[in-house]
Amino acid sequence: MNTLLSGKKVLITGAGRGIGKAIAHLFAQQGAEIFLNGRNETVIAQLKDELVATYSATVHLVVFDVADAESVKQGFRTLFAITKSLDVLVNNAGILDDALIGMVSQAQIQQTFSANTFSVLYCSQYAARMMQRNKQGSIINMASIIGRVGNAGQAVYGGSKAAVIGITQSLAKELATQNIRVNAIAPGFIDTDMAHSLSDDKFQQRLDSIAMGRIGSPEEVAKVALFLASDLSSYVTGQVIGVDGGMLI
Amino acid sequence: MKSLEQIFADSLAINLNDISDALTYQSIPQWDSVAHMTLIAAVEDGYGIMLDTDDIIDMSSVGKAKAILQKYGVEIA
Repeated sequence: MNTLLSGKKVLITGAGRGIGKAIAHLFAQQGAEIFLNGRNETVIAQLKDELVATYSATVHLVVFDVADAESVKQGFRTLFAITKSLDVLVNNAGILDDALIGMVSQAQIQQTFSANTFSVLYCSQYAARMMQRNKQGSIINMASIIGRVGNAGQAVYGGSKAAVIGITQSLAKELATQNIRVNAIAPGFIDTDMAHSLSDDKFQQRLDSIAMGRIGSPEEVAKVALFLASDLSSYVTGQVIGVDGGMLI
Repeated sequence: MKSLEQIFADSLAINLNDISDALTYQSIPQWDSVAHMTLIAAVEDGYGIMLDTDDIIDMSSVGKAKAILQKYGVEIA
């Protein structure tokens, strides 16, 4: 039996597809009690059914929009009504909306930072309060290789993800005394809807930049999230772990 | 159920007799920012509520805590 997360309560934001969905599967397989977040209840309800049927997992749905502070508050109220403690938060939800700097609208900037960056602060605020009760926890933030090294046409996305790294490193220092660890994962080119939203040219260009010569799978990112969520990483905090197959941008 | 004063005394590790409405955040070494978060968790657990972040920031005295808790339908004896 796989028990790396046995007894742990985990909230995964943006769990409906891609990396979030892969994390939900792996964590359920490892015995976690899972709180699935998404904006579309139908999508996460379907995932819940899969997890229950496949792993006999205990799964709850918390529908809220991570980009909206009021919605996050209501979501955590729902969560709080079910449990007073939380062991792991995976801040996974995010959006990609590329444009050259001269063609970025103010709305795009606000939407991207709300979904990718402010969301991490909103959710971490509530989660840290819940984790402090048991003086332990793990917060895992989904950054990006673009947030570390940048990329043409991705000033907004890259900025939003670089900020996630700053948040991770600062929160790690602030919460270490409470035994709450905070780390980030910086995926490279991963086989998700987000990657397939690129044009064929850009898709190939990205593939050519990967030393391992292939796109990564969401499951390969989920394995690193499992390490960070579990006690295997009990002395790891403030780190940004690249999962990129040796990608060079 | 514990009284609010008892929750304050237990969370801040001070004598119940030292709790009054006039006691304010950071006026004593025991009520620092770390203890404040412990206090918030105890208040939430004690009354079965989840406080808004703004109310946590505003909870700057025992008297203020009583006023804030009334918003959540908590009856303070």
